[in-house]
Parts: sequence; structure tokens; C-alpha cells
Amino acid sequence: MALKDLPIEECLFQGNAACPGCPATIALRLVLKALGKNTIMVVPACCTAVIESLYPKTSFDVPVMNIAFEAAAAGASGVEASLRQQGKEDTTVLAWAGDGGTYDIGIQALSGALERGTNFIYICYNNQIYSNTGVQRSGATPYSAWTTTTVSGKTEFYKEMGDIVRAHHIPYSAQACISQPEDLYRKVQKAKGIKGPKYIEILAPCPPGWRFSMDLTVEMGDLAIETGAWTLYECENDIVTFNGKSKILLEGKIKRKPAEEWIKHQGRFRHLFVPKKDEEKLKLIQQHIDKRWERYQKEFL
Amino acid sequence: MTIMIDTGNYIAAKAAVMARPQVVAAYPITPQTTLVEGIANYVANGEYKGEYICVESEHSAMAACIGASETGSRTFTATSSHGLLLMHEMLHWASLARLPIVMCNINRVIGPGWNIWTDENDSIAQRDTGWIQFYCSSNQEIFDTIIQSFKIAEHEKIVLPVMINYNAFILSHTSMPADIPTQKEIDDFLPPFKPHWKLDVNNPVTHGNIIGTAYYEHIRKGMQDAQDHAKKIIKDVAKEWERQFGRHHGDLIEYYHCDDAEYILISTGAIGAESKAAINNLRKEGIKIGLARLRVFRPFPEEEIRKLAKQSELIVIDRNISIGSNGAFYNEIKSALYGVSDTKVTGFIAGLGGKDVPYHDIETMCKKAIKSKKVNNSQIWFGFDGGE
Ligand SMILES: Cc1ncc(C[n+]2csc(CCOP(=O)(O)OP(=O)(O)O)c2C)c(N)n1
Ligand code: SF4
Repeated sequence: MALKDLPIEECLFQGNAACPGCPATIALRLVLKALGKNTIMVVPACCTAVIESLYPKTSFDVPVMNIAFEAAAAGASGVEASLRQQGKEDTTVLAWAGDGGTYDIGIQALSGALERGTNFIYICYNNQIYSNTGVQRSGATPYSAWTTTTVSGKTEFYKEMGDIVRAHHIPYSAQACISQPEDLYRKVQKAKGIKGPKYIEILAPCPPGWRFSMDLTVEMGDLAIETGAWTLYECENDIVTFNGKSKILLEGKIKRKPAEEWIKHQGRFRHLFVPKKDEEKLKLIQQHIDKRWERYQKEFL
Repeated sequence: MTIMIDTGNYIAAKAAVMARPQVVAAYPITPQTTLVEGIANYVANGEYKGEYICVESEHSAMAACIGASETGSRTFTATSSHGLLLMHEMLHWASLARLPIVMCNINRVIGPGWNIWTDENDSIAQRDTGWIQFYCSSNQEIFDTIIQSFKIAEHEKIVLPVMINYNAFILSHTSMPADIPTQKEIDDFLPPFKPHWKLDVNNPVTHGNIIGTAYYEHIRKGMQDAQDHAKKIIKDVAKEWERQFGRHHGDLIEYYHCDDAEYILISTGAIGAESKAAINNLRKEGIKIGLARLRVFRPFPEEEIRKLAKQSELIVIDRNISIGSNGAFYNEIKSALYGVSDTKVTGFIAGLGGKDVPYHDIETMCKKAIKSKKVNNSQIWFGFDGGE
């Protein structure tokens, strides 16, 4: 579906408390357009709990249950069970969490809900940090990125949450990016029509967290895809299909841009360029991406 | 009505299912396991038709109950000891969100070292979570209290979660007879849950978002008012139960030979039941002593305690200790009496780690307290290291 054809109905109101250039609101606006008003949202501690705005106001036009940081998937299991008892299975249950609430503290509850076959959509907007608490590292933070808890740059690579989710063999999982709204919209709509657990992870470049200018959010998303730092794919019943530019990259029809093209815009990697270029670390970052794509080629081409 | 001779846990499972919750979410832990297995059997034989979510932790069990309750379902869970401690964050969440979830907690010791026997430190550690807390002393009381608890929790003036505590093994795994009313009788007593509010796509409310101090104060005050109302409503519900089923286990307190008592023993749970035998023996010796078995710890029965202190000296047995202070019940009783009564209060710590507290030990404690000249003796570790 083309952008101009998306529903005009808005479930995310203007004037909410997000930062200018916020990727979470870009994503959520599209997700709620795809899901519509027959949706109940479960939100753990994360930026979205702030974006919701201050009681007694709200920025959302769907019912929202806030829940503890690690409990989104478990809370959603309860909502889903309750709806089934009331014969309201047509209502979509959406758990909407950050990467901290997904990769780290919430991974147990998520894994449990996926294994139990909970009929819900779990969406992780991945801004690669704990933003809400002031930019701390998460399991999704890339190697060498500055955060307030990795002051000289993170010394570990992030984990592959998509692989972990796929190991649960759920009916549908996907990766999307805020810079590709049609792809994102289509994936959410597809997930809506499938019964059982669905997982979608959306790359969400965060201006204050990644230290780039707020007019570059979309570009940071596209560059992540073009450098191969982020991948668009979907996995239906264990069959993986790459989408958009990621598909063309996989097929080798275009070449991946060097990782540096993406990271040089982000203040969180500034120490790799100033006072002098850290060739060694830049190489490690590139190698990490290259290795992943070698694996993709073996597994998915 | 039929008689069921079974363990506390299986009788609790029966009560839970007869209350017709739409959603049960639970995780196993000794000694609660046979309760959730009991419910699983009712799922298998079709007697329980609701949802039974076998979650991957107690934290998730309470989170799932919260989600289900907020979506308008009656919910039940059960746990014990470390499971209850793992829930702690969500216990606060459930009460602050004003959700009438009902839960059994089988009082078990906290490790290390690992110990599966009974004491009450697990539930005492949840004292400030806003949950109503019952302590039972027989399998019949467990059954009756579970049904009553749904009615209390869902009462429009309360809307708070309720925790029904009973002792590991002494009650959870000991068979006793219990009268089980018919399903129709239970349904008449406990009509279906009618939430005053729920997550509803036709009424898109955001529940639990960021809140300013002025509004937040209202949440806490509302909970406090609800617990105050509970003092009366627990009594009303106990009376209604008695009218319908002819059984009364006490309301906030069960009184036993208290009318003419010069001394009153205050205890809970299984020690509370054992205390009756001790009272009978002490009375035979001519000691005018009675028992006030605390059935409810939250809301705390302050007024009742003050009334007892008017005529009697108090003796308190705590199967718990707030380390660095005293037994929790002792402390609360003393605080209820402050400025109102300076009657003698003697406190014992007994039965920690599941140590048996038989009636003759209770008699010894009472005699020791009666003899003692101290007005305020808080920390006698009864039978510590084999001593008296
Ligand atoms: C049990 C618990 N630990 C810590 C916190 C503090 N906390 C709130 S949000 C948050 C980080 C959220 O990060 P993420 O899930 O990535 O979402 P984002 O803030 O980036 O939107 C943390 C650490 C909490 N609320 N609860
Ligand atoms: S910190 Fe980032 S994710 Fe959070 S509200 Fe601001 S821009 Fe959005």
C-alpha cells in the first residue's frame, strides 16, 4: 500500500510528549493505523509510557494498560485470555515495548508467551538503548557505541533477538524500520491476520540517544538498511524472506554501503573519529556486519 | 452439600474452581504445587472451563492476572514463599491498579538455606503491598475464606486484591473433612464479577500512565479508605456466610473463651488452631485465659485489640520476625495500644523454620508470660536451641 492510501484515522494524537524527531511515535502512528481501534495496547516502562502523556490526559485513542518493565508479554497473556473468555477474539492485543523491555529484562516473559502460543502481536521498537532512563546500554546497543553506562564505547556486540525469536518457531516474525513505512504497515497488517504469537521489531533511530540531528531520523533508518547494519525480513512458518533493499542486497544486485556511512552521523560513535580515526574498531564493526551477511547468504539465498 | 475429606490444597483448588474465575495463571512451588495440580485436574475433567495459563514465573503469573483482571475477568492464582517474593513488584501493581485478584499463599520459609516448612515471613514481607490478608487455621476455613474473599475483593467499596494464607504442610498437605456447598449455593452467594471499569475498545482509556503528586495521593488514600471499609465488609460477608451455610470462623478475629479472660493469647494460622487445645488445658488448671486468633492482618483489627486490652493482659505468638525489630503482630498490637492502654504485652517468637509448636509449648509460653513481671517483653525466642 502506498503512503497516500494509508487510513486517515489516527490513534496517536498530536501534541504528545515525545522528543522532536522521535522514531517511536513514527512507528506507533503507523502500527495503530494498521491495527485500527479494535486494539488493546500493553505498555511496559519505556519512552512510550512518557509519550502517553500525563494523567488524566492521554495521547492514545485505543485502551492502554501500563505494566511493569519486565511484564509486557505476561500482562498481554492475561488480556488475551480474558478477551477469549468474553468472546472478543477479534480484538488485537498489542504488546509494545522498547529493546530494554524486550532483549533484557522482559525476555523471559516474552519467551514464555511465545512458547505458550499467546495470540498477540509483540512489537519491539528498537532504539538500541534505554532512552527513558537517560541513554544506558542495552543488549541491543551496538559495539563501540557511547551510552551513559558505556562511557568509552560498548565493548560487546548486540545479541540477535530476531534469531532468538525465530527459535520459538512462531507463525510470524519480522524486522522493519521506521524509514520504510509501507513495508512496516504491510507487516503489521499481515501479523494482524495471523493467529498465534507474532513478533515485529522496528529499528528506531533515536536523535537524543544516538546523538544526531532530529531531522535525520528517517535517513538514519535508511542508512542502517543500506549499510546492512539493519535488515528487513519476515519469517512465516520458519521461511525467511528478505524485503526491500535488504532483499536486493542479499541477492547481490547492489552493494552494501560501508558501515562508516551510517555511524559517522551519530555522536555516539564520535570517539571513533575524533581526535583521530580508530581504524581498528571501525574494522571490527564492518567485519561484524560482513560476517552476518555471509551467514544470511548461506542460510537464506 | 457434600463432605470432602482432602488436603488444604485440594480443598482450595475446589473452592477456586467453584468461584468460577475466568482466568487462572499460576506457577508451581512446593508446597503450593498440589493446589495448581488440582486446578489442572479440573481443567482435564471439564469441571473448570476458564483459562488456565501455565506461565513461566510467578512474576508473570501476577502480571497475567493483572492483565486479565483489567480486562474484566475474575482471576485467581496461588503461590508460596520465594514465588510470593518474586511477585512483590506485581503485588503492589495489582493493588494500586485496584484489581480484585484473589490468591492463596501457602506460608513457607524463605531461603537460604532451602526449607519447605512453614513460617509466616513470606506474607509478612508483603504487609505493605495493599492486599487484604487472611490467615486460616483449618481446611474448612480455607474453602469458606476463598469464596468469601472474591465477594470481599469485588465489593464496590473495596476493589482490592485478597491474599489467603495458610501453613505449609500442616494445612496444605493434611487431610481434613470440609463441607462443600453445591455449585448453585455458591453461585447464589457469589454472583458473576461485574467490574466497575475495564479495558474496552469502546472506551479507550489509558490506565496507569504518568501521574502528578496531587492525583497520586488520591490513589493511596483511596486504598486506605477501601481497607477501612473492609473491616466492616469482612464482618458482613462472614455473617452472610453463616446465615447461608451455618459456619463462622470469626470475622477479623476469632474469639475463644474471651469473655471473662484475664489473659488473652493472640496467635494466627495453625498455631491459632493449636492454641485452642492449650486454652482448654489452662482453663482446666483454673487460669482465666482466652484466645484471639487473628484471622485478618490487613486491615489490622485495631479497635478489637484495644477492646481486648481493656480487660486482659496480652500474650502474642509470632511465627515471623521483622529482623532488627520484633514479631510483626507484636509490633502492630503494641502500636494499636499506644496512648490507649498500658496493659502488659508479652511477645514470643516461635515456630520459625517450620519448627513444631504443639499445644503444651503454647501452655508453657502462656504460663511464662503470666509469671513475668515485665510490662513489655517483646522478644522471647521460645524453645531457641532446645531451651525454653
Ligand atoms: C524493574 C525495573 N527496573 C528498572 C526500571 C527503570 N527503567 C524504566 S524504563 C527503562 C529503560 C527502558 O528502555 P527500553 O525498553 O529500551 O525503552 P526506551 O526507554 O528506550 O523507550 C528502565 C531501565 C523500571 N521501571 N523497572
Ligand atoms: S528519547 Fe528517543 S525514543 Fe524516547 S521519546 Fe525521545 S526520541 Fe523518542
